[in-house]
Amino acid sequence: MEADQRALSSVGLEITITRWIAFKDRVGRGWYRFRRNPISLAGGSMVLLVILLAILAPYVTPYPRHAGPFTDFSSIFQAPSRSHWFGTDEVGRDVFTRVIFGYRVSLMMAIVVLGISVPFGVFLGLVAGYFGGWIETVIMRMTDIFLALPPLVMALAICSAFTPTIEKAMLAVACIWWTWHCRLIAGITRSLKTEEFVQASQTIGSSHIRILFKDILPNCASAMMVKITLDAGFVILVGAGLSFLGLGVQPPKPGLGTMISYGAAHLPMKWWLTVFPSLAIFFLILGFNLLGDGLRDMLDVEAEGI
Amino acid sequence: MNFASFFTRRLLHSILVLVGLSILIFIIARILPGDPARLALGPFASKRQVEHLRHQMGMDQPLHLQYVSYVRGIFHGDLGLSFQTRRSVSLDIAHYLPATIELVMMAIVWVLVIGVPFGVLAGRYKDSWLDNMSRVVAFIGVAVPPFVVGLMGQLIFSYGLGILPTAGRLSLLTPAPPTWTGFLIVDSLIAGNFTALGDALEHILLPSFAIAMTGIGQITRLTRGSVSDILGKDYIEAARAFGIPNRYVTFKYMLKPSFIAPLTILGLTFASELGNAFLVETVFGWPGMAKYGIRAILRKDFNAIMGVVLIIGVAFVVVNLIVDVLAGYVDPRIRIREEE
Repeated sequence: MEADQRALSSVGLEITITRWIAFKDRVGRGWYRFRRNPISLAGGSMVLLVILLAILAPYVTPYPRHAGPFTDFSSIFQAPSRSHWFGTDEVGRDVFTRVIFGYRVSLMMAIVVLGISVPFGVFLGLVAGYFGGWIETVIMRMTDIFLALPPLVMALAICSAFTPTIEKAMLAVACIWWTWHCRLIAGITRSLKTEEFVQASQTIGSSHIRILFKDILPNCASAMMVKITLDAGFVILVGAGLSFLGLGVQPPKPGLGTMISYGAAHLPMKWWLTVFPSLAIFFLILGFNLLGDGLRDMLDVEAEGI
Repeated sequence: MNFASFFTRRLLHSILVLVGLSILIFIIARILPGDPARLALGPFASKRQVEHLRHQMGMDQPLHLQYVSYVRGIFHGDLGLSFQTRRSVSLDIAHYLPATIELVMMAIVWVLVIGVPFGVLAGRYKDSWLDNMSRVVAFIGVAVPPFVVGLMGQLIFSYGLGILPTAGRLSLLTPAPPTWTGFLIVDSLIAGNFTALGDALEHILLPSFAIAMTGIGQITRLTRGSVSDILGKDYIEAARAFGIPNRYVTFKYMLKPSFIAPLTILGLTFASELGNAFLVETVFGWPGMAKYGIRAILRKDFNAIMGVVLIIGVAFVVVNLIVDVLAGYVDPRIRIREEE
């Protein structure tokens, strides 16, 4: 009896060690591929730079006070110079400072939207793909209905029911974003369901919850990582669009889309009000896309819907 | 699965989505905002006025009856009155819709004319400078918001070089052709008015390109992938082994199957372009439905908002149905996959 247990635990230990080695091996090989790929390296550095700037915004920006309802009418509409790299806006605030603080809002948008919608979508996707039948039909038809409108239009419609704030915009986008993750995970689950390791788990009497979360979910991890990285860029894009239309970030809060929309009224003379926030958005989204693309190569993900 | 039953299945599926969409819109319009009557009349209206409007809008009835009368209204082309224009929403939409359709169609033309050939070349000459350029275009297309493309286009081509107009569908000095279809390009062609045609084309160039940018990138990459997949197939190898000339292999065996992948996502491209239109019409002061919708949203004009959203949903479902059926017609493999 005791010997049996010892044997079992040593088998368990062996499995743990083998798994650990396999994991280290995969990470090592992935990291090697990641390093070799200049595109993903560039994307990763761009995203990292923006995240650092956003976190350290009060310390790295020259005029942190300009992020709020600050006015200095003696220095309005100044062209880019050494003291104001990106120039100043219609009430004399430093555009560079506001762009960096705007990054905070954009990143927060991505975190909140994906933080709400990914777990929800993944759960529904697992359930749909695993159980199949009418459950799958119902869930998948739901995603069809939500995807019948462009994300921006759907978010606009939901936003329109409330007073516009950035928090409402985040919720509205989260309401639609789960569909993409649901579809992705449902597809993977459907194909994993017939794999031997899942059938083995079923045979020894594992519960559905255990199979879903311990056997299937870990195998979705790489696809999810790639999808989330790429999605961060798209969510920021939609958020910037909502702000541009006046339904997202409300002034005096600095939002990149809001800044562009205000700057557009002063084209072409005060070009810096539009050009720099535009470049800032482009930089961040490009970073996420390059990183996501690199991760896809690195983790060797090939799933429909990415 | 034969084509007829494939078609029926797709059709039923589309109808199901439309029903679901109408329920969703109904929820957003009638349940989320609390009291649309109060919102429409503003905070200073008396309680009796609000009650009166509620009664007029049929909002004192149970929800399921409200839904039934809402759907009945849709089938009669009645989307309610717009609070801001004081006209029927269906009339408003009929007035603004052609401008948006024209814009989005032009964008689709850009996507097909640039994206597909570019993708074919990039896939055919893999890892050449052309292929690398297609990669750059795809990344830029996805990463630049459409309104930024529009604004930068204005800055360079309108303000900087002064060769393209900044806003509107026609110059003030150009007399508009008589309205037949509402599509300026078509109308001016019918009237044989080539000044108006040239002017309309000049005006549509920048906004349609701004809308198309994302789609160009996506279609290019997709076509490229599909071409390079097909070039690796055995039957291409076999054709080459038989000594069939390269040009012949390309045009006879490679091209047709490689168009299927871009065709299948054209429906999604169309949807994302309709979404982009909301941003780009604002930039260019384009008098289309998206601009009408935005104004309705900012002024809480619920009937108008829901009308616009419904039309976009219907357009998306119909376009997707057409694209799916077309793809199933061209490629029997899609029909077989549907069966599984």
